[in-house]
Amino acid sequence: MSAITLLLAGLGMIIAGYLFYSKFIAERIYRLDPDFRTPAHEFRDGVDFVPTNKYILWGHHFTSVAGAAPIVGPAIAVIWGWGPAFAWVIFGTIFFAGVHDFGALWASVRNKGKSIGTLTGNVIGARARNLFLVVIFLLLLMVNAAFAVVIANLLVSTPTAVIPTWGAILVALVIGQMIYRYKMSLLWTSIIGVVALYALIFIGNSAPIVLPETMFGLPPRSQWILLLFIYASIASILPVWVLLQPRDYINGLQLFLGLGLLYVAVLIAAPDVVAPAFNDNVPAGTPSLIPLLFVTIACGAISGFHGLVASGTTSKQLDKETDARIVGYGGAVGEGMLALAAILCTTAGFATLVDWETMYSRFGAGGVVAFVRGGDAILMAGYGVPEQLGATMLATMAILFAATTMDTGLRLQRYVIQEAAELGGFRVNVVVSTLVAVGCCLALAFGAGADGAGGMIIWPLFGTTNQLLAGLTLSIVSVMLIRQGRPAWFTALPLAFLLTMSVYALLVQLGQFYQQKNWLLLVMDIIILIAALWVALEAAIAMSRGAKGKVPVQQRG
Amino acid sequence: MGEDRRDSLFKQLSDGLREYYVSPYRRSFARLKRDEEDLFMLLVFAETLGVPNPASWYTMELMPVLYERFHDWHRRMGMEHSPLDHLRCC
Repeated sequence: MSAITLLLAGLGMIIAGYLFYSKFIAERIYRLDPDFRTPAHEFRDGVDFVPTNKYILWGHHFTSVAGAAPIVGPAIAVIWGWGPAFAWVIFGTIFFAGVHDFGALWASVRNKGKSIGTLTGNVIGARARNLFLVVIFLLLLMVNAAFAVVIANLLVSTPTAVIPTWGAILVALVIGQMIYRYKMSLLWTSIIGVVALYALIFIGNSAPIVLPETMFGLPPRSQWILLLFIYASIASILPVWVLLQPRDYINGLQLFLGLGLLYVAVLIAAPDVVAPAFNDNVPAGTPSLIPLLFVTIACGAISGFHGLVASGTTSKQLDKETDARIVGYGGAVGEGMLALAAILCTTAGFATLVDWETMYSRFGAGGVVAFVRGGDAILMAGYGVPEQLGATMLATMAILFAATTMDTGLRLQRYVIQEAAELGGFRVNVVVSTLVAVGCCLALAFGAGADGAGGMIIWPLFGTTNQLLAGLTLSIVSVMLIRQGRPAWFTALPLAFLLTMSVYALLVQLGQFYQQKNWLLLVMDIIILIAALWVALEAAIAMSRGAKGKVPVQQRG
Repeated sequence: MGEDRRDSLFKQLSDGLREYYVSPYRRSFARLKRDEEDLFMLLVFAETLGVPNPASWYTMELMPVLYERFHDWHRRMGMEHSPLDHLRCC
């Protein structure tokens, strides 16, 4: 089958979802009101609350939520064949992610722009708020460990990406200076930045850098992981305008550019999908599709992280309530498109089925490396660029996304640790809290599997935690709908499905970790399992209370 | 005429990009600015808090200007009530 068919079918369904389903949700369920005074106007302060043009806001929301995760998840999940991954991404985007992101935005806008954390306390209860903090900490811990391993794998498999990856830091530093010190126009700065980044990709492509076989007894992958955490700790301490802000900006531009290049290349090259629709011949040790598919692909189908962004910053900038549809649901559509591109690259970018099966020789083996290889073939066929250039570009793109997430993640983790220490009566400074955070992440990356492979084993656990967060958001939205006497099926059914699959997946993995005697992950699995059951319980209690209409909204913190 | 429109399009695009660049970080900048001002506050009120300040001759002049912000400042610094006897803001 041609990849174009898959592309058009997927895109068509997602767009139809936006045009019809999101319209239905906006008008009948959330009942958006164009005259509602949004927090951006009500509390306008020029800092947090600023009414923003809906297209700019959509661009922000989309680029903050889309990163490496919607590439990694689908790229692993196609091991079961393209069918299941495709179906979950498309239906997930339409009926789960779109409604969830949109709902988080709506719930926050209707509650003075409060974040999901605060809303959990207000709508569900104080106990659930602590639960929320636990889930967040686990999520940050796992995302940092997993992404460090993703980047290290890419740097080892695509050594040509080393120069552009690290050179991009320099480009970002220079851009930050150009904008704030020399007040240069953003248009020129952007053009210069993108050109410089692509120049680095060209240079890197002809100058691969491979680390020594062993250094201090560590293989290259472990060396990269250590280097990455050293980078991330320094980057997370720097003032944001120096590195993080320009990096985020270039990544945003790169996301649009890369996505466009990939889609057009598929249309020109029209490659064939070589992977089977359903893979009956999965490698030994591959877990069962149900439930693992639904936690392997979190971002791209539904991800709780989006709710944090939607309620944390986006809701405070929404100009009109009706803009929530394009910003919230539209953001999920963008992310679904990225996940679809990842599926196309990993299933149609290989010459034969045998090549594909060699790449997917065991569960977790393909992943983002397969995305880079497959994408390279498609870009080569589409534009006639020299071999490996596409791989360098895609690897750089994925690494930049993941590295920025690590920077932000470590920063947030530092705040959490400082806050927790203050609760315990200590005061820890920036360096100590950063070291504690990095220590936890390294312990997870190395402790879960020798030579740092642990980062990939925890990927499904990361997905599960992400789904739990989404579950919390969906229950908030459902409770709000029930209290207002509106149908809550459209959020409660995804919630029930999500929690069932998460708990099921945790139980399956519990057995696996026990057999492998992986005690660290076993303990993490149990903690997440408790959190999952807790979320389910709180959601059920809150909804039944809401249905009886007994308990009003509690005003706390 | 054509030139004008191109100019304004260029400017619009550049402004849009600037908005896209700046808006997610407004909060961080506001916080940094506040931290800097808090430090300045400490310098100005150093002498009254018992910390010798060689520049107090000059900073004294600024005190009336900063009184307005004093209440917020001492609360942010973790002091429930004003630390100064002569300044009872709460």
